[in-house]
Amino acid sequence: MTSVLYDAPGPKAKRIARIVSVIAVLLIAGVLVAVIVALAVPRTTASGQVVPGLFDPSRWDVFNDLVVWRAFGNGVLNTLRMAGIAAVLAIAIGVLFSFARTASLAVIRIPSTVILEFFRGMPVLLMMLFILLVFSTGSYWAGISALALYNGAIIGEILRAGVAALPRGQGEAGLSIGLSPLSTRFRIEFPQAARNMLPIIIAQLVVLLKDTALAYILAYSELLYVATKTLPNFFGNRYLYSFFFVALLIYLGMNLLLSFIARLVAKRTGPGGRIVRPRIPRRGVHPEGDIAMSRVPDAGMGAAPPLL
Amino acid sequence: MDAVIEQFPRLLEGFAKTLALLGIAGAGALVFGTLVAGFRVSPIGPLRIFAATFTELFRNIPLTLILFGFATLGPYLGARGGYFVLAAIGLTLYTTPFIAEAIRSGINGIPVGQAEAGRSIGLGFGQVLGHVILPQAVRMVIPPIINVLIAPTKNTSVAGGFFVVELFASSRNAINARGDEVIAILLAVAAFYLLVTVTLGIIAGQVEKRVAVAR
Repeated sequence: MTSVLYDAPGPKAKRIARIVSVIAVLLIAGVLVAVIVALAVPRTTASGQVVPGLFDPSRWDVFNDLVVWRAFGNGVLNTLRMAGIAAVLAIAIGVLFSFARTASLAVIRIPSTVILEFFRGMPVLLMMLFILLVFSTGSYWAGISALALYNGAIIGEILRAGVAALPRGQGEAGLSIGLSPLSTRFRIEFPQAARNMLPIIIAQLVVLLKDTALAYILAYSELLYVATKTLPNFFGNRYLYSFFFVALLIYLGMNLLLSFIARLVAKRTGPGGRIVRPRIPRRGVHPEGDIAMSRVPDAGMGAAPPLL
Repeated sequence: MDAVIEQFPRLLEGFAKTLALLGIAGAGALVFGTLVAGFRVSPIGPLRIFAATFTELFRNIPLTLILFGFATLGPYLGARGGYFVLAAIGLTLYTTPFIAEAIRSGINGIPVGQAEAGRSIGLGFGQVLGHVILPQAVRMVIPPIINVLIAPTKNTSVAGGFFVVELFASSRNAINARGDEVIAILLAVAAFYLLVTVTLGIIAGQVEKRVAVAR
């Protein structure tokens, strides 16, 4: 689509593009360098003490200590444990919600809709605080249950949308061969909806993993807490920023990995999934030498991807 | 219940801060999000790379870390303006990629013929984008964007963990003052949040019906 927005550049456009590129690169690089320099220069505190810059070795030598890495490992484990348990519970709650919200009995459907809207509209952090204070569960279970409820409500909506998006014939076929409405839902509609919605569900699990960092505010010793409270308490505050940067990189790595998996799954299970698409070369010439004119098979699901 | 009435001014004050944060972050993210989306589809390579990197980076860092970074590194770098401004900047930066992605998907949703028609009558990239694509794309993405804006409403609560006394932090203060009625206070606070999120959700639904482009 992007290439449709502008013509193939002529000499003048190429020149302009080059000039703008140079300016943009200089600008971006300038801002980055300015930030790095600002972080690197030593500072004088109000009391006249000189504090070394953030990239000074005296702020990073602590990483030679294995204890630091073990603490980071513990933090990562705690984060992953919270995210893992919350994810499993969230999916279970999501399945329950998606069933309750489409139940034929209004007694089940309407209250579950209200509860779901309530959970969806409230900040996770507030829910964590609520559970922590009202049920005195401790920060670990407060974090897990709030994350599970909130993301469960959202996954429930995703699954419901997935079932609603299926062709009507699927459910009708199930009913016509004598399955009960419940087992039609369970055996016919639900597996298809879950498969279609898998990429979105994984994207939601990325959100869940990110939101475990909220437990920091409740003083649960997850990665951020370990990096910015536990470790600086032990090794001294001058390492705070170094610990923080490392925690940032670890979070980034974990989330990018999960996002990448989500994209992979989306590619695999998307419309026409499992079908190996023939590669259409950009310039219209097939690698084997013949000219590609064929349309990409779309397996009858949705529009075919445009020819490049 | 009397605790809620007693603490109501405090909660209202926090709610005003929350709305201010939401307003700043929402407006800022709309402006920068449109800009980043424009960069993402522009003919200039470095701008495309910058937009893609920015989006991936800020979408994958937890908001808690972004706000922590701003609340600690900001004062270290000598930023003035206080924690409210820092939190507003952090929230804006966190929300921008989500808006940008919503707008980009809107741009991708416009039929190719529209852009081709624009180009065929001699419009350049800026004109195609500004006169042909964006006016249609914006209509299409208004409902998803309102839905995206529901998230920062809830996300403002994270700023309460970093020295900004918005609704979440003021609810903590209210609980500290009246520990005997925790449930009532928390439910009242939840009602404040629901007031905004449910309203935005209803508006999104209405707007979706009204601006739907018949094709």
